[in-house]
Amino acid sequence: MGNDTSYTDQKFEQVGRRVRRPDGVDKVTGRAKYGADAYAPGQLVGLILRSPHAHARIKKIDISKAEKLPGVKAVVTCEDLPDLTGGNRGMMDILENCMARGRALYDGHAVAAVAAVDKTIAKQALKLIKVTYEKLPHVTDVDEAMEADAPVVQDFVFTSGVEPKPTKPSNVSGISQFGHGDVDAGFAEADVIVEKSYKTEQTHQGYIEPHACLANMSSDGSGELWVTTQGHFVFRNVCSTLLGIDIAKLKVTASEIGGGFGGKTHVWMEPVALVLSRKANRPVKLVMTRDEVFKASGPTCSTSIDVKIGAKKDGTITAASASLRYQNGAFPANWGMIGAMTAYACYDLKNVKTVGYDVLVNRPKVAAYRAPSAPMAAFGVESTMDLMAGKLGMDPVEFRIKNAAKEGTRASYGPVYGPIGIGPTLEAVKKHPHMRAKLKKNQGRGMACGFWFNFGGQTCTDLNIGIDGTVSLTVGTIDVGGSRASLSLIAAEELGIDYEQVKASVADTASLGHNDMTEGSRGTFSSGMATIFAARNAVEVMKGRAAKMWDIPVEDVVWENGGAKATGKAHSNLPPLTLKEIAAKSPQTGGPIAGHNETVADNAGVSFASHICDVEVDPETGSTRVIRYTVIQDAGKAIHPDYVEGQFQGGAAQGIGWALNEEYIYGKDGTLQNPGFLDYRIPVCSDLPFIDTEILEIPNPNHPYGVRGVGETSIVPPLAAIGNAVSNAVGVRLNHIPMSPPRILKALDEQAGG
Amino acid sequence: MRYEAPKTTKEAATFLKKEKGAAFILAGGTDLLVKMKLGLSEPDLVVDIKKIPAMNAISHSATGSKIGGAVSGAELGEHKGLCKTWPGVVEATNLIGSDQIQSRATMVGNLCNASPAADSVPAMIAAGAKAIVVGSTKRRTVPIEKIVTGPGQTSLADDEVIEAITLPKRGKKAGDAYLRFIPRTEMDIAVVSAGVNLTLERGVVKTARICLGAVAPTAILVPAAAKAIIGTKLDDEALEKLAAACSAACNPIDDKRGTIEYRVRVAGVLAKRAAKIAFQRAGGV
Repeated sequence: MGNDTSYTDQKFEQVGRRVRRPDGVDKVTGRAKYGADAYAPGQLVGLILRSPHAHARIKKIDISKAEKLPGVKAVVTCEDLPDLTGGNRGMMDILENCMARGRALYDGHAVAAVAAVDKTIAKQALKLIKVTYEKLPHVTDVDEAMEADAPVVQDFVFTSGVEPKPTKPSNVSGISQFGHGDVDAGFAEADVIVEKSYKTEQTHQGYIEPHACLANMSSDGSGELWVTTQGHFVFRNVCSTLLGIDIAKLKVTASEIGGGFGGKTHVWMEPVALVLSRKANRPVKLVMTRDEVFKASGPTCSTSIDVKIGAKKDGTITAASASLRYQNGAFPANWGMIGAMTAYACYDLKNVKTVGYDVLVNRPKVAAYRAPSAPMAAFGVESTMDLMAGKLGMDPVEFRIKNAAKEGTRASYGPVYGPIGIGPTLEAVKKHPHMRAKLKKNQGRGMACGFWFNFGGQTCTDLNIGIDGTVSLTVGTIDVGGSRASLSLIAAEELGIDYEQVKASVADTASLGHNDMTEGSRGTFSSGMATIFAARNAVEVMKGRAAKMWDIPVEDVVWENGGAKATGKAHSNLPPLTLKEIAAKSPQTGGPIAGHNETVADNAGVSFASHICDVEVDPETGSTRVIRYTVIQDAGKAIHPDYVEGQFQGGAAQGIGWALNEEYIYGKDGTLQNPGFLDYRIPVCSDLPFIDTEILEIPNPNHPYGVRGVGETSIVPPLAAIGNAVSNAVGVRLNHIPMSPPRILKALDEQAGG
Repeated sequence: MRYEAPKTTKEAATFLKKEKGAAFILAGGTDLLVKMKLGLSEPDLVVDIKKIPAMNAISHSATGSKIGGAVSGAELGEHKGLCKTWPGVVEATNLIGSDQIQSRATMVGNLCNASPAADSVPAMIAAGAKAIVVGSTKRRTVPIEKIVTGPGQTSLADDEVIEAITLPKRGKKAGDAYLRFIPRTEMDIAVVSAGVNLTLERGVVKTARICLGAVAPTAILVPAAAKAIIGTKLDDEALEKLAAACSAACNPIDDKRGTIEYRVRVAGVLAKRAAKIAFQRAGGV
């Protein structure tokens, strides 16, 4: 009874409906309030001064002139953000990223900030701050950063994961290894071995809403923060720790979010806004420009990857290995480790070994980006899988099916899989009409697979029943993909009422227990689970109330079709009581009716996808258009199919942009050359075909409805799927992402030349 | 910052002459306002030319057509006569930005912004268009290729305003075309571009003007490319010579938008493709 998380096959009334989202009307009419839409009486405009250098010692910051400018209410530097981290280096890294401490570590690193009565004065004040820099050697390329004579980005970084412990600091913060079996023996067994190296460039999530917040510190030491974020509870905890505020005294309210994709799981500037507000004793609104968003928030890693696969003539892979070098920006992280974990997760391998290298460079701190680290690893592995299929003369789909992981397979990163979707998605690829559509000249078809772990985590949910029988569902996970609609469907399902009777909202941090970020595709999985249990909790309360209304033992009451029913012959004359009737009588039967649940949602089911893609390449210009695209992915259970399909399409769209044109371009001086949407080329609508989707439902055994996260896996296969399609279209294999027109034309020229 | 909206071009020129600080002309504002927002431009005076009747007119005479300096790309695109006589010029202008930008952006603004990658400029130069330049004391007519002198630089004096663009009268066997390469399908800036304008006589190219964009500090006329196709029926050999002449004329840079190697190569490809379209439009077979 109670919180049994195991899957039960059931017929759904509400779940699976394509209902309208509760936030839809406000969003399409412009009424929805995003990060920059808050206002507080007396608010000031905050602006941040950023380093123009890739790497420089900050010898002096003179703020005296800026402070004297009329209208300027506060100027802050790192001196106003003292170290309260108690030796926690991870927290210190967040603080140092918010505001440079003696050294600017990348182009765009914050060095000072102002708050003034208007933007004009704030801009003038920035110009009056005099920073004396001493330029230092910099490094922005991942392979160059690993060379022995590379400039060291952080002198406290000693490579972890190696014995003996290094005596000198370096840019390699960690080396991690995964796998099992004996790869040397496996390669010795192979009839064919394919080895290839790949590079991928750095990309940004490209969320349309820039980072924005309104900070309001009171002179009594309490404060409020309105912010666009994927996790306001985590932002509260981080800001409280960094600024010495009691957690209960900082209330964080999350705005509607204009896209995050992982980029809004990190604290970038909120402590600066709070400290400006504290110093000025006025509310401060801080909104990044697009230039700042590109330079100082969010990008994912650029990478350099070597892949080696060995197979028997019959297509059995005997061994697979990979070396994956990921740059994490100027602060240590473990994105390379995650790449090494995901690389071969789709396959059942006897001998496998991956090594991940985490590398520091003079670029912005790397953030999570939708299935972070997996797309690059998949680009290397899935490109090599196609090369191997070609060498073996096997169909690429059959080759993958032969080696696909299944229930009971020991994953390359350790665990043993339960029921999983890689095999079924591959079988669905084989059956899909897309695979049989005719191609014209210069067109080619490619496919690739992808994996993502998914995550559960801490979750806390309230469900309150109004006197009129409508239901307020209060959750603490940010709605980035339509989760309020999905969670309302779940609540309605459990209570046996219609979707329209439920209204879901995201609570502020003062109204609910801690919730982890909306990350790892956990929103619908974990809050869905908490919603089920909160609803069941409320049902128990309502059964008690019905028993009271009938004056019968509660044991004789069951919940059916949205109401209480008395069981047993003794009560056969009692008509059922609806939820609405029970709610109406609640003031007389014990007061308000509520359900609650807090949980750590474990065992988020892993997710797999297979994508099919057709491209057309112009051999004279290298221009590539994706002309048809199909996503096939396991959703466990699609609660709201529209939003599941939306996630499939969104991830594919971002992957297509990444594959073809998006990239951070750094100059020789280490400064970012294209911090804007004109020259950082995200696809526009006309660049994309209609992205077709097919939802498979292989239930997650660890969720009552079988839900798996669906938000991230869809970005994993596109890089390789497009690379494989280009190869099939014009016969050249691109080993460098993005496959921009100059790179494709060059490859075609090299092919023609020799 | 002061804002003026004069009623005549001469009045606009006089405002510019009198201003001691930084003065800018506002037509569609699609470049100026962006620069102001980014803090790259801080004008003391903005002279809005949209209230000047001559700036808003499209007129025709025995010698050709005249397009006012404040005529938007959208208006140009809706002008049936110009779409028929100078489709290349209209298409080039209509490629700039989005629909929203088109409702504001002007050819003259595109010219005076003096970007090497401006879309309308190679098409105008190929067409043999001229600018009617009005100063505080005199007027002059200047070929378009003499206006831009380098990135962000023009030959206009501080008190000069372009009132209109003229396009020559069109014969029957004539056609023009403009193509640009962008990695996306729209909302982008030319990596390379080519404008071709030609006339035919008995199926053979009689005259031709070929202009390339984004491959040098300014748009460049390539007489050698024109020579390669004059007297031909645009056979493959002529097209290859055209492409080679275009590639040879390029003097591009490596930057975030493209490499030298790529621009040189694709300039020839685009010139060939644009020449074929222009040839077809002129009635060539």
